[in-house]
This record gives sequence, structure tokens and C-alpha cells, in this order.
Amino acid sequence: MPSEFIVRVNGASVSVPAGATVAVAMVMAGQPCRSSVIGEPRGPLCGMGICFECRAVVNGIPHSRTCQLLCEPDMEVKTDE
Amino acid sequence: MNNYSRERFDVLVVGGGPAGIAGAVRAAESGARVGMVDENVAPGGQIWRGGSSEGPHSSEASNWLVRLKKAGVIELCGKRVFHHPEAGILLAEGLDDVWELSYRNLVLATGARERFLPFPGWTLPNVMGAGGLQALVKSGLPIQGKRVVVAGTGPLLLAVASYLRKHGAEIPLICEQASASKLARFAMMLIRHPEKIFQGLQLRKDIAGILLATSSWPVAAHGKRTLEAVTISSAGKSETVQCDYLACGFHLVPNTELPVLLGCRTRCGYVQVDELQQTSVQGIFCAGEPTGIGGVDLALIEGQIAGLAATGRTSEAKALFSKRERFRRFARLLDETFCLRSELRGLPSADTLICRCEDVSYSRLREHTSWRAAKLHTRCGMGPCQGRICGPATQFLFKWNPDSVRPPVFPARVEHLAAQPQLIPEVTGEVQ
Ligand SMILES: Cc1cc2nc3c(=O)[nH]c(=O)nc-3n(C[C@H](O)[C@H](O)[C@H](O)COP(=O)(O)OP(=O)(O)OC[C@H]3O[C@@H](n4cnc5c(N)ncnc54)[C@H](O)[C@@H]3O)c2cc1C
Ligand code: FES
Repeated sequence: MPSEFIVRVNGASVSVPAGATVAVAMVMAGQPCRSSVIGEPRGPLCGMGICFECRAVVNGIPHSRTCQLLCEPDMEVKTDE
Repeated sequence: MNNYSRERFDVLVVGGGPAGIAGAVRAAESGARVGMVDENVAPGGQIWRGGSSEGPHSSEASNWLVRLKKAGVIELCGKRVFHHPEAGILLAEGLDDVWELSYRNLVLATGARERFLPFPGWTLPNVMGAGGLQALVKSGLPIQGKRVVVAGTGPLLLAVASYLRKHGAEIPLICEQASASKLARFAMMLIRHPEKIFQGLQLRKDIAGILLATSSWPVAAHGKRTLEAVTISSAGKSETVQCDYLACGFHLVPNTELPVLLGCRTRCGYVQVDELQQTSVQGIFCAGEPTGIGGVDLALIEGQIAGLAATGRTSEAKALFSKRERFRRFARLLDETFCLRSELRGLPSADTLICRCEDVSYSRLREHTSWRAAKLHTRCGMGPCQGRICGPATQFLFKWNPDSVRPPVFPARVEHLAAQPQLIPEVTGEVQ
């Protein structure tokens, strides 16, 4: 795998280092991971798989905990609305 | 259909941090068949995350990781234990597999997590845990040139500030809620007993030059869609600081959900153990942070004692008791130094959200008298984190006691629950 590659976050391309988690890509892109029950933007809190605040849509799969998932080239990530 | 596998062990260890690794190694070195299950992709736990070679513990970490391989421990990484269907069996799930793990003896080394306290604005993106932001940087987040305010309480703040600065962050301020006199007493004790109990405490020189404000805490985070600034209360005065990230955690809380599910007795929030690290349930041992927050050295000693005891080598285990007692004294000192001051109960305003999963505000919770009633009427603690974030917060804010744990201990996928016919889920499996 190259040392850096592109993933798409809400349609925009982000170049991430190999080994980066999807949560990292979303924070780098300045995009929230999910929208809360009352519609607030949310991002990662615990970084260790416990809080579930980093859930997003990864390659079409909703509610994926992005802090526990590694980026792959050409991944398509979207805010979980 | 998912893969369903079965494994049998003499000793099963849950948790692959220092405590779990030490327990698994000592048990396997005696020839027992030992399995170690951890939800992360590699063993190491919080401090040696993913076998990372960073930090002053790197040689110690790699020694243990080498011993783990040599001893023939069967590593089951990327799998989270979520249920206990019957005595002697645990279920774990991976991305698309379920494991039925049977054991004769069990070592629980489930570690700890950060404690989060709610204040206005704490739900804004880029307000994270201190260990949370560190974990993100460890997994690739560039922090060079970013301004990070580090706040909360506990030695982790110093470790994180030092780590972030090493990676190019600007740290305008560390806010520690403990008073200067408490910290001074703590520092004195450390000089008299120079064991390392927490990486952060050896890092005083690494944080030299960073402003460490005592009796200080965040009162509000500001920003439209993401964090822009934080207001700090410091020794009675308030000040607003611009920043890109707020790394904020209030020391650690033990992960006792699985031990409680297995019927292990707790006291003051910690799993009760006898001198051989055995819990109130025979054949179930517990080591590391769930028995008391004491740092990596205590975790390693307790893990070894548990691993030896679980394979019947009590005299070797006893040889480690005096060392453990020394480290336990520091654990008590940590508790005293970093216990939360009552002013922090006044941080939330009426509309501050306490439960982030279900968006339940402080004013809605205030009407209730117990955690159980609050859950029933507001759904607080009923979301996917299952109260792991709001539980410790409400315990502090309202002095509510957590209730019993029901399976599954983590939200499991419906199909994984269904793979075990006798398992009827209490919690819906909507979340991964
Ligand atoms: C976020 C965070 C950051 C920290 N950073 C530092 C630091 O920089 N320096 C330092 O000195 N100390 C740090 N600590 C403290 C450190 O965790 C302890 O000193 C030490 O690692 C404790 O070891 P342990 O084995 O008891 O627990 P841990 O290292 O926490 O290991 C427990 C392991 O069990 C796993 N686990 C828990 N439940 C399950 C389950 N149901 N199924 C499968 N696996 C499970 C966890 O994922 C984890 O890998 C940190 C703690 C936290 C919470
Ligand atoms: S950031 Fe908490 S689960 Fe991912």
C-alpha cells in the first residue's frame, strides 16, 4: 500500500497516511461523523471504540465505528445523518 | 451466514493490555493452553496501543510482546467479548465472525476508559478525550501546528500534552482541577518512592515550559459547527483561549461491565479480589485497572499474579505480593490526588446534554432520583454506548448508582446474537 492515498469524505478528496483510521480522515476533512438525535454535528470523543460518537457511513454501511476502522484507497465515507 | 468457531482453553484472558499480556504469558509459560482475546487489531492495550514502539516503555513493551509469542499464547485480536451465555463460556464477535470461547479459568483484564464530565459545548466536534485525541494522533491525525488546550484531571493529561507537543502541537495551557497543594504533596511522595507508576509522571521535563494551571477546569467550549475556543475557570478567574482541539478527560474509570455480568462482586466501583487476584467467583481472576486505577506497573504485577494463580503456581505468585503492595500505595495516592472537586457538579447548564447517544439534557435528568428511573423516562444510558459515557458522569453529578449489567455487554449484531439460539437480546442490534 502507498504511504499516502485518497479517500472521499462527503464527496471531497482527502489524502491520508497509510494506517490512518476513518475517524482521522473525517477529522482531517473537517466533517462531522454523525448527526445526533436533535441534529447536532458530532465527532470522535473517546478514540477507543466506547462512545460510538464516531459512527459514519463507510462504503455504504451505516453506523460504522470509524475510530476502529482503517482507511483503504478509494473508500467512500459520509456523515451518518 | 457468519463464521461460528469454537475454542477451548485452560486459561482464557480477556483484554490484551499490560495486565492481560502478563497474565497470559505467565499462564502459558507453565504449559497451559492459553487464549487472549482483545478487541483491538493488535495486543498492547491503551499504553502500548497496537504494539506502538513509542515512548519510554518501548523496550519493556517489546519484551512482553516477544514473550507472548514465545509462550505460545493464542491471540484472538479484533474480537470483542459481548456475552456470557453459560458458566465457562464467553462469546466474542469480530467483523463477520463469532467465537464461542470455553475456559477452565478466566482472567479479566479489561482495563479502563476516560471519565468525561459534561459542560456547555462539550459535544462540539474537536472536543475530545485527552487519551482520545492521543489515540487519534497515534492512528495518523496530523497535529503539527495545531493549538490544543489539555484539560481535566490526572497524570494522563501530562502524558498527552508531552506526546502532542513532541508531534508538533502548540499547547498553550494544561488545566488541572486538582489544587496546587494536592499536586505538590503528590510530587513529594513520588520523590520518596521513585517507582514509575504512570508514564506521564516521568515527563515533567518534557512538559517544561507549558503552563500548568491548577484548580482550573473548562467551563464552556465555543464554536458554530466545530470547536473554536474554550473558556477556562482558573483559581476563580475566567479566561477564553482560542484553540483547534480541546483534549479533556477527568482521570479514568474501570471497565467493570464484563466482571459484573459474570457475577463478580465490586466495591466502590472496583472489582473485589483476594490476594491471588481471584474475584468473588471461583476460577475468575481480575487484574489491572478494573481492580483499581494504578498504572502500567501495577497492571503488569497483578496480571502476572493472576496468570500464575490461574495455573496453580501460588508460591511464585506470592513472591510478587510485596512489589504489588508498593504499587498499590501509589494507586491510593492517585485516587486521593485526582478525586473530583464538588464545584465540577455545577458545570452543566440546564440545556447541556448529558447523554450524548440519546441527547438527554441536564434539566430532564435533574427531575429523577435514580439512574434506573432516569433511564426509564428519558432513555439516558440506553443508546449504543450503554451508559459507558453518561453513567460515570451521572454517578458524579447526581450520586446515582449504576444498576446491574445485562447482556450483551456491547451492542452486538443481530445475526451474531441469533447465532446462539439461547440468547434473547435485551438490546436491539441496530448498531455495529
Ligand atoms: C485512553 C487512555 C490512554 C492512556 N494513555 C496512557 C499513556 O499514554 N501512558 C500511560 O502510562 N498510561 C496510559 N493510560 C493508562 C493505562 O491504560 C494503564 O496504565 C495500563 O495500560 C493498564 O493496563 P491494563 O492492562 O489494566 O488495561 P488496558 O491497557 O486498558 O487494556 C485493556 C484491554 O482490554 C480490552 N477489552 C476490554 N473489554 C473487552 C472486551 N469486552 N472484549 C475484548 N477486549 C476488551 C481493551 O480494548 C484493552 O485493549 C491510558 C489509559 C486510557 C484509558
Ligand atoms: S471515538 Fe468513541 S467509539 Fe469511536
